[in-house]
Formats: sequence, C-alpha cells, structure tokens
Amino acid sequence: MKAKNIVELVMNTIFFLCGIIAILAVLIITVYMIISGIPAIREIGFTEFIFGQEWASTAADPKFGILPFILSSIYATAGAIIIGVPIGILTAVYISKIAKPKTAAVIYPAIQLLAGIPSVVYGLIGMLVLVPAIMNVFDLSNGTCLLAVIIVLSIMILPNIVSVSETALSAVPPEYEEGSMALGATKIETIFRVSIPAAKSGIAAGVVLGVGRAIGETMAVMMVAGNVANMPELFNSVTLLTTAVAKEMSYASGLQREALFSIALVLFVFIMIINLILNMFLKRGDSK
Amino acid sequence: MDNEVRSLSKKRKTMDALLRGLIYLCAAATFVLVLALIVYIFVKGVGEISWDFLTTAPSHLKGTIGILPNIISTIYIILTSLIIVLPLGVGAAIYLNEYATNRKVVAFIEFATETLTGIPSIIYGLVGMLFFCQYMGLQGCLLSGALTLVIMILPTIVRTTQESLKTVPQSYREGAVALGATKWHAIRTIVLPSSVEGILTGCILAIGRIVGESAALIFTAGVASILITNILEALQSSGGTLSVALYVYVYERGEFEVGYAIAAILMILVLAINIGIKLINAKLKKRA
Repeated sequence: MKAKNIVELVMNTIFFLCGIIAILAVLIITVYMIISGIPAIREIGFTEFIFGQEWASTAADPKFGILPFILSSIYATAGAIIIGVPIGILTAVYISKIAKPKTAAVIYPAIQLLAGIPSVVYGLIGMLVLVPAIMNVFDLSNGTCLLAVIIVLSIMILPNIVSVSETALSAVPPEYEEGSMALGATKIETIFRVSIPAAKSGIAAGVVLGVGRAIGETMAVMMVAGNVANMPELFNSVTLLTTAVAKEMSYASGLQREALFSIALVLFVFIMIINLILNMFLKRGDSK
Repeated sequence: MDNEVRSLSKKRKTMDALLRGLIYLCAAATFVLVLALIVYIFVKGVGEISWDFLTTAPSHLKGTIGILPNIISTIYIILTSLIIVLPLGVGAAIYLNEYATNRKVVAFIEFATETLTGIPSIIYGLVGMLFFCQYMGLQGCLLSGALTLVIMILPTIVRTTQESLKTVPQSYREGAVALGATKWHAIRTIVLPSSVEGILTGCILAIGRIVGESAALIFTAGVASILITNILEALQSSGGTLSVALYVYVYERGEFEVGYAIAAILMILVLAINIGIKLINAKLKKRA
C-alpha cells in the first residue's frame, strides 16, 4: 500500500513538472528578450531608438532608428487585415451558411491546406510570381515592395480568419436566423444583420489571431519585401521588424547586434499585447 | 425563394443580389487561389525532382545540387523533437486533465501554453540561439534546433492530448479506481490507451509545423548541407532542414529550380499530413 502511495506521489510530481514547463518557457523567453533587448535601447536612447527615422547600422556613424520598421510592420499588417479579413469572413459565410454540405466539405479543408503550407513556399511564389507581376502591372523598376508584403500576408492569414469565423458563425443559434427570416428578412439580410453581428466576438478573435500571424511572419516577408530600411510606401522596398532582425543577425556584432535584440524586444511587446487581447476575446466567447 | 425575392423593394433586391454575388466571389477567389497555388508548385517543381536530386549531397566538383543532407536533417530534427516533446507534452496534458486540483494553477499553465502558441518563430529562433546555443554551449547544431522546436510545438501536443483525454468517459476512471487501481495505474492502462489517436494527431500536426519551420531554425540548427548519416554526430553539427534549404537556395543562391523542387516535396508532405489527420479523425468519429 505504501509503495503504491509513493509511486502516486512521484507520478504526480513528474506530471506537475511537465505542466510547469510551459510557464518556465514563457518566463525564459520573456527574461531573455528583456535582458538582451534593454542594453542597446539604453545606449541609443529610447526616443531615438523608437522614433528615429534612420537605420544605418553599418555606417561609420551608425544610426539606430527603428520607426521605419515599426511603421512598415503596422502598415503591412493593417493592409493584410484590410484585404484578408473581408474575403475571409465572406468565405466563412459561404461555407457555413450558403454552401451545400458537400461543397463545404471540399472547400473548407482546401482552405485549411493554406495554413499548412510552409512560409518559405509562400516566399518562393511571392518572389518569383507576385513580385515580377507587380513590377509589370505597375511599371516599377523593382517589384519588391510593401504591396507584395501585404498580398502575401493577406493570403497567409486567410485560413486563420476563415476557420475562426466559420466556427463562430456555425455556433450562432439557428433560432436567431429563423426568427429573422420569419420576420421577412431575406437569407442574405439575415446573414449580415443577424448572423455576423451574433458571431462578432468570435470573428474578432480571428482577426486578432490574423494580426499576430501577420506581424510575426518572417521568411515569406523577407523574400518579397526588398529589405531596405525605407519609411513605408506602397511601392517602396521596406523592412519589417521581423526581417530587420533576421537580415542582419547572422553577421551582426557589438551594438548592432544588441540593437537587433532590442528590435526583437519591440516585436515581442507587440505580440504580447496582441496575445492579451486575443485571450480577452476568447474568454468572452467562452463565458457566453 | 423566388417568390420571396420578387415581393421585395428594388433597393433591397439589388443589395441582396450584390452581397450574394460578393460572397460567391470571395469564396470562389479563395478556392481558386488554393488550387492555383498547389497546381503551380507541382507543375513547376515535380519535373525538377530526380533520383539523383533526392539521393546525393551537393557537389562543388560536379556542380550538382542534391538535397539528401537536408532530408536527413529534417528527419533527425523531427525524431529528436518528438522524442523529447512527447513525454513532456503528454505529461503536461495528464497533469492538467487528471491530477491538477488547483484551478488557478491550471488556468496559469493554460495561459502560458496559449502564449507560447502566439509567439512568432523568429523569437523562438533568437531565444533558442541565446539559450541553447550560447548559454548551454551547444552551438549551432541540430540538437539546438530540435530543442527550440520542442518549446514551439509543446502547445500543440498539450492541446491535442488534453482534448482527447477529455473525451475518455469519466466512468472508465471511476471503474478502474473502484477496482482498486491507483490513479497512475488507471491512467497508464485505461485512459492513455483510449486517447492514443489524439496524441497521434498532435504528433502529425507537430511534424507539419517542424517541416514548415524556417525562421526558428536558421539561427539554431544552421543552414549546412553536409551529409552526416550517424544521428549522434549529426545532432552535434549544423544542418538545414528542407524549408531552410529552400530559403538558402532561392534567396541566397538564386537556384529557383531547386526551390520549386523542394517546394513540391514540401507540398506533398503537407498534403500527406492533412490526409493523415483526416483519416485519424474519421476513425475517431466512427468509434464515438
């Protein structure tokens, strides 16, 4: 009997340790991000770092202003949301409310395939198909630009938006819709006036999830952005927070390297805020 | 339906038709996009795949490119990560679902797990580099990469295992305990075997994530394409997985054909992974 109790206690402890690994990991990541990110910000000066408009890390008189990266990241994410969210929501509406079950059973998994495609494959297609196409259509000397980033990101966040919105739309109680139809609204009016408003908290969670994905994406963006530290303009080559880190990390040293970690810290802060918002939305959805 | 629409005012009718058209357009656009992406990659890539391409290492002397080292690196990284993450992830799920009595602890662990899901891979790459490569002194090698991925895929394993543990009827556990089994004995012999499919789904999802990962691996596992077949030796040396190799060949060396070929291989893996998950889910449903 006693041996059994000991085994039970040991197993309990082992599983508890497994359980807290996730907490440890989050702590380690946070601590490392802060410790490695703070020194350069201190040396460069917070305002100069965040609001400085020029990044010239390898110049004789180096400048470390990351405002172009921050704004590019925000613009690219906003652009991806503006394109991706309406298309994603309407696709989810089609799958959940209009399509025959058999059609939905083909389209939905196909769209979920998008989520599984590695980001380097998006980067490849973006670099070899999208970028030349933008160059030709808009008659530019180089197609690597913010627009290319926005298009690639909006495709990459589509599966997230579609699946979260689809779940939310399908969870709308049928009585709501039946009530609306019984009052004389058409199917389409019901969808836009009843179903989508009723599912808005879930859809919002999908949008926030998309924001997180878009702002954190690195490799696909790297391959289509051109990676010049310009202030964001639709047809200009840009550098985002993620690509600023990835581009120089392999050869950076000294203050330049520390500054890269500071950029990562800024990105991390953005991500943590997005995570908190997402958690809020999901909690609200649960308690309903 | 037709009757209903006919009795509407002209304005409502136009609006209805317009919105309906928009929904169809978005759904069709998304679906066509998925198909076009897949077909394009296969058309461009499959022709470039040859036996020599798959079974040799790149040779400077002959000027040929082969991806065998990258295939082996990918397999080794998958195996190592899964071997480490499975006990940890399943253990954490068991703790959350079977052992934990304190609700706050559970909520905290779940919050940490959610947070890990939202952290972008470039941040994992940086922290992996700082923690595993530098702090633990492993340097850039497959093992550092695998350990970084362990943290990254931990949430996937925990979540899928937890979900499948929840589907095991409470009466199984009560029955086992009533027959004199300890909790651990009941879990080992009754609960875990009943949730094998869920754990398997988690593994397949994790493999998908690993295969597609690049940003987290470039700074931890490196980009080398040297053929090392001994797993212990390989784990201690730098090696690029297929996705990383795609990036290096396309972006840094301009070998676009090689990129398409690797993309086609990755797409085949993605399709296989999706079908695998479908099959397991179908089997699960049948049983339920």
